[in-house]
Amino acid sequence: MGDRIYLDHAATTYTKPEVLEEMLPYFTKQYGNPSSVHSFGRESRKAMDLARERTAKALNANPNDIFFTGSGTEADNWAVKGAALANRKKGNHIITTTIEHHAVLHTCNYLEQNGFDVTYLPVDEYGIVDAEQVRNAITDQTILVSVMTANNEIGTIQPIKEIGAITREKGVLFHTDAVQAIGSVPIDVDDMNIDLLSLAAHKFYGPKGIGALYIRKGVKAQQMLHGGAQERNRRAGTENLPAIVGLGKAIEMAALDIPGHNARLEALRNRLITGILSTVEHARLNGHPEKRLSGNVNFCFEFIEGEALLLSLDIKGIAGSSGSACTSGTLDPSHVLLAIGLPHEIAHGSLRLTLGEQNTQEEIDYVLEVLPQLVQRLREMSPLFNQQKGGQIFV
Amino acid sequence: MYSEKVMDHFMNPRNVGEIENPDGVGEVGNARCGDIMKVFLKVENDVIVDVKFKTFGCGAAIATSSMSTELIKGKTIAEALEVTNKTVAESLDGLPPVKMHCSVLAEDAIKAAIEDYRKKHHQ
Repeated sequence: MGDRIYLDHAATTYTKPEVLEEMLPYFTKQYGNPSSVHSFGRESRKAMDLARERTAKALNANPNDIFFTGSGTEADNWAVKGAALANRKKGNHIITTTIEHHAVLHTCNYLEQNGFDVTYLPVDEYGIVDAEQVRNAITDQTILVSVMTANNEIGTIQPIKEIGAITREKGVLFHTDAVQAIGSVPIDVDDMNIDLLSLAAHKFYGPKGIGALYIRKGVKAQQMLHGGAQERNRRAGTENLPAIVGLGKAIEMAALDIPGHNARLEALRNRLITGILSTVEHARLNGHPEKRLSGNVNFCFEFIEGEALLLSLDIKGIAGSSGSACTSGTLDPSHVLLAIGLPHEIAHGSLRLTLGEQNTQEEIDYVLEVLPQLVQRLREMSPLFNQQKGGQIFV
Repeated sequence: MYSEKVMDHFMNPRNVGEIENPDGVGEVGNARCGDIMKVFLKVENDVIVDVKFKTFGCGAAIATSSMSTELIKGKTIAEALEVTNKTVAESLDGLPPVKMHCSVLAEDAIKAAIEDYRKKHHQ
């Protein structure tokens, strides 16, 4: 066990050495522009083609339908804005959910200011979207449904295949933000009837600053970046080749080992969840007990505030995250925690611990050893928590 | 993001707790916003002889509670009223801009406790 424990893999992962190794030659030796005619350019083009094939294979997609972007956020923006604007003549209605990432939610807000109507579907107490609600929300004006594959905060996995079947039946485009899901949830864009899919390499042990958007052949999505003819004339800008190579390698590794990855992480995750529930009173597991990402643990601890707990954990060498207002930079706690029905005061006390491939059982046991004490210390300072003889009385 | 002093007061907060039969109590903030500060005063001959606090909130909220109680302990009521949010923040070697409201809350909590003391003692 090292001196620090990283439990924030949903924020970002490290880059695997195998991935970095494949990337390195493309900085210093094979640095040609993939658009160039000469041999330098051709070598780069070849490397980019391989990365595209690997990405397509991981999604059971056609390589021609994979477009590299600068981030998952860019892919989400392109999918939602691009599909909305390109299909404006068919209708102006978009359906999404209240628990999407801000890259989708704020893009939808922007479209609302520009003449589109957006339905934000609610979720149940576990954060799951009801596919039948998607069906019922579709009108003759609906052009796009956007539902994330798995939630970044509480890890809930959505019924993507069911929703895809409905959108296909109704003739509406279906986008899914799969940024958190790649490597944990098997994806098959044909089987799941996905028309647009966003992903980002740094969530599955690839580099930061590179994402991709899958756009099914024939699906119209307006171009966002205008300029050169890169990405089959749909996304201008010289390609970030080392990062693209890294994405290709990372997604190949991630897609090959989904069952193994999930088995390893689930064992640690369940140990952490069970341990917290048995040692900390008034702790609430957020998200679904089973339909959740293998690496996601999200709790609310009543009577305390999340940022104070994060700082306490950080001093003990444990890195996590929280959906408290103090960590979101606004006065409100996480929109996801509010959407699953938590009152503000409880949502402020959230802690997300997200596991990765290097975490060990020893590390989890260390967390379980220190976390209850840290929660208790903050509770003893909290006016919401009063200890009385033989029990607790809550003001 | 936090100064060493903020971290020190967060990790080793001074004057945490409650006072039995306090001469004044002030509670500000609310759980909905994620910040509550409760300050208890013991006053003798117009001097704050003891002060305790309980806080629900972030690291800065706990640190400003701790620092503000330290600043008024042993002071007269008039002196305590001169402690502003700026004094609290400066004594902690500054706060990040988004956390300045915590120092305002600390000042408000002390003022509310003194107000309560004055009401109870008809001053």
